[in-house]
Order: sequence, then C-alpha cells, then structure tokens
Amino acid sequence: MQEMSQRALDLGVPMSVHFDITYRCNERCVHCYLDHDDHGEMTTGEIKRVLDELADAGTFFLTLSGGEVLMRRDFFELLEYARHLMFNVRIKTNAVMIGEVEAQRMVKLGVDQVQVSIYSHRPQVHDAITKLPGSLRRSMEAIRFLTQQGLRVTIANVLMTANLRDHAGVQALARALGVQYTLDPTITPKMDGDTSILNLRIPGSELNGVFHNENLVGNVEEFCAAPPVPDEDVMEGYPCSAGHTLAYISPYGDVFPCVQFPLPSGNVRRQKFLDIWNHSSELNDVRSIRAKDLPVCSTCSHVGTCTRCPGLAYMEGNMRGPSTADCEKSFHRTGIRSANMLRREGQEDRPISSGPLIHIQPMTAQPVVQQ
Amino acid sequence: MSDKYIAKSSAIASRLLGGEMMIMSAVDSTFFTLNPVATVIWQAADGRTPLSEIVACQVCTEFEVDPETARRDVERFVEELSGHGILLVSEHSIPDSATSPSEAA
Ligand code: SF4
Ligand code: SF4
Repeated sequence: MQEMSQRALDLGVPMSVHFDITYRCNERCVHCYLDHDDHGEMTTGEIKRVLDELADAGTFFLTLSGGEVLMRRDFFELLEYARHLMFNVRIKTNAVMIGEVEAQRMVKLGVDQVQVSIYSHRPQVHDAITKLPGSLRRSMEAIRFLTQQGLRVTIANVLMTANLRDHAGVQALARALGVQYTLDPTITPKMDGDTSILNLRIPGSELNGVFHNENLVGNVEEFCAAPPVPDEDVMEGYPCSAGHTLAYISPYGDVFPCVQFPLPSGNVRRQKFLDIWNHSSELNDVRSIRAKDLPVCSTCSHVGTCTRCPGLAYMEGNMRGPSTADCEKSFHRTGIRSANMLRREGQEDRPISSGPLIHIQPMTAQPVVQQ
Repeated sequence: MSDKYIAKSSAIASRLLGGEMMIMSAVDSTFFTLNPVATVIWQAADGRTPLSEIVACQVCTEFEVDPETARRDVERFVEELSGHGILLVSEHSIPDSATSPSEAA
C-alpha cells in the first residue's frame, strides 16, 4: 500500500478524496465546525458526474461524509453509483439513522468500512454533546447492526473538555463490540473562521496525560521519544498528503486540499475536477512547499516527527507557518519546546502560557461557500 | 484448457494506476496490484469471453509469450485471485448481475 501511495504521489494522482455530500445533520454537536443549513447542495446528477470525474482522475479511496450522509434521500443511489465505479468506499456517520435494513444495504453494496462518532459511554455526556436525546443508544444499536452484517466499524472518539475523562469508557465499549477505536483531540475552527469553539479543546496539561497513556498510544517511550535530528530527507519532504494525493469536495462543489484545509482551489460546478487538480494555482502552491520552506518549522527540532497540519496553520493565517495545536502536541508529547514556542517566548519575554491549548490569531474569513 | 469464464467479483474496489491495476477486497481488505499482463486479463474478465480466448487473443499476442507458458501462468493467476474471492470462475458464462455492486445482487 505504501508503494501505491508513493506511486500515486509520483504520478500526481488524487488517490483519496473526502466528499462531504451534505452539511445537513440530525445532530448539533457542540464542537462541529459546519453550517448545517443547505445553501444549495449539489444534485444527485451533479454528484454522479463528479464521481465519474474522480474515477477518471484515478481516485481509489472515496470517503463519503458530511454533515450526516443519510440526511440525503439519494444516499443509497449515490453509494450504489460510487460502487459501480469501483471506488473503495468508506462512510463517516453518526449512525443514528442506520437500522438493520440500512446496514444490510451497505454490506450488499460492498462498503469497506464505516466510522461512527461516539463521544462517551455515558448517555448523558454523549447526548449533551450531540444535543440529540437518545443518540448514544441509537448509534450503539447501529454499530451492532453493522458488525452483525460483517462490516468493519471504527469508533471515532473526538476528545474535548466535555468528555475528557471518558476515553477509557469509549475504548471499553469498542472492545466489547469488537470494533476499532481511534481518538482525536483535534477541534478545528468553524469553516467561516469563527474560533469560538476552540475553547472546547482539552488543555495542554490533559494532553500530556493522553500522550503518556499506553492504552491510547501503545509504547509510551517510543511515542514520546525526543525527535531525531532532522536529515535532508526530512527537509526535502512534503508536509502531508493534502493536495498531493488527497482532495476534499464540499456539498457545494468547492474543492480544497483537505477537509481540514479550507483553501478554496476551484469548484466542480464550474470546472472539471481534473482541471482543478492539475491547474489550480492554490493546489500547485500547496504542492510546492517542502519542510525546508517553512520559515519557523524548518528551524524546529520537531520538524521530522511533528503532526503539523498545514490546514490548521492556514486557518491561523499562514499555511507555511506553524500550527499552534501541533506545537502543543509536540511539546506535551516530548517535553521539548517547539521553535514556535521559543520564538513567542522571545517576543513576549515571558514563559509559555499554561492557559488554553490554542491561541488562534484572527483570520480573514475565507469564502468557502460559493454563490 | 477446458473453457472457463472469469468475471470480477462485486465485492472489490479497483482502479488503474500508472498502467497497473490496484484491487482491494471489500471482504477482508486484502490489497493487490497487478502487473501489466495480469491487468490485461483482469480487464478482459467480463464473464462472457472464454479464458482460452483471453489467453490466445490478449496475453499471447500482446506480450509475445508462448501459449503453454501463458496458459500455466494464467491458470495460476486465476486460481490465486479466485481463492481470495475477487475473481469469479465458472464453466458457464457469468451474468453482469453477479459482478456489479448492486442492492439487487
Ligand atoms: S495534516 Fe492537516 S491538511 Fe494534512 S492531511 Fe492531515 S488534516 Fe489534512
Ligand atoms: S512543533 Fe510547531 S514549530 Fe515545530 S514543526 Fe511542529 S508546528 Fe512547526
């Protein structure tokens, strides 16, 4: 698989596409970055045309997500169409609308895996986050239907202040159900640039506990090891797959390098996907960036091991800049200050704050919804 | 070679990448890549063309291999992929409905 990813990178093929087919949702999660109103989603016909274009462009992994995918009445029609085109289809859902029949339909259509968001093993905590009473019970029931049908399921556990202590409970649930578990401490600003939800991020001191918990990270010593001195390969390397082998498409046809990288790069309602992929100046700009070109990060000891997300950096105002959230992660993982922290300490002439995990600079809201 | 028919299973994902076919089984996520010869056989696996014809018309002519070697290699290839459930093999032609991911399947 590694070999295929390298080949896709060499050939410039968008091997993975994350396609949000709707932003509408039946839950109202407190940390969600989306606007759930429908501002003119693509029609069934438009989405099918885009899927044709993705197949022609060489896309293999197709993640269908939202919002809640099942809010679209044509969801199974789109799924069947995507499978006819032989995509490997993964679905991200809250699963509340998945009953036995829907689970059977997904299996028949050859869905590869389903990722379900679960925030807590305690209904009062999960339902308070989703703001949908009964949602934990319904999502859990759905997971059982899916696994009974033989589908691979992953529970995605987004960690925030409201469910900080519940990851062990969710992990135990996943074990009992025989499904995979993944934990994500990332809360992103809203797509219009509003950063108010960032106060839900878990504080750095708690992040430290997460990174030193072997149930969550495996070998703590290895996971938290000091970074090796970055070599030439690291400095010549790309930050991540966004815009290289990965693209994101919104329900309105906007194309971005990644779901977490809202750099408007084109719109499939006006242009062919492959024209955007090959010729967008924004995507070409993203592709031109090597680690050595990052003004702060290239001087940082973490540069080779950091999870630096250029999308989060972009939302902070500069896609070539550091991502403060990842600086905090690198620091709390290893105990070693990042170049960004040292720079800010120098500027501010005071020790780093032990306050909130993230300090996002104000940004100009980028138009993510065309028209 | 007794005539066989081969067709792609509906429980797979596949895509051509730089002249080689990538295939992933939806049943167990096993991942394969096929070299150009295997890719030609895969693309010809329509459930209607006899395997002997695929060997004679596609493999032998396009890749200049002798029929005996081609037959042996193709047999092995078909056996391996059918063992993983990603290729269907039958004594009779295979209808499209068996190979297309659909709720009716
Ligand atoms: S690092 Fe950020 S931009 Fe890159 S693939 Fe991951 S989420 Fe997307
Ligand atoms: S720790 Fe911060 S400064 Fe260092 S590489 Fe990561 S994002 Fe850049």
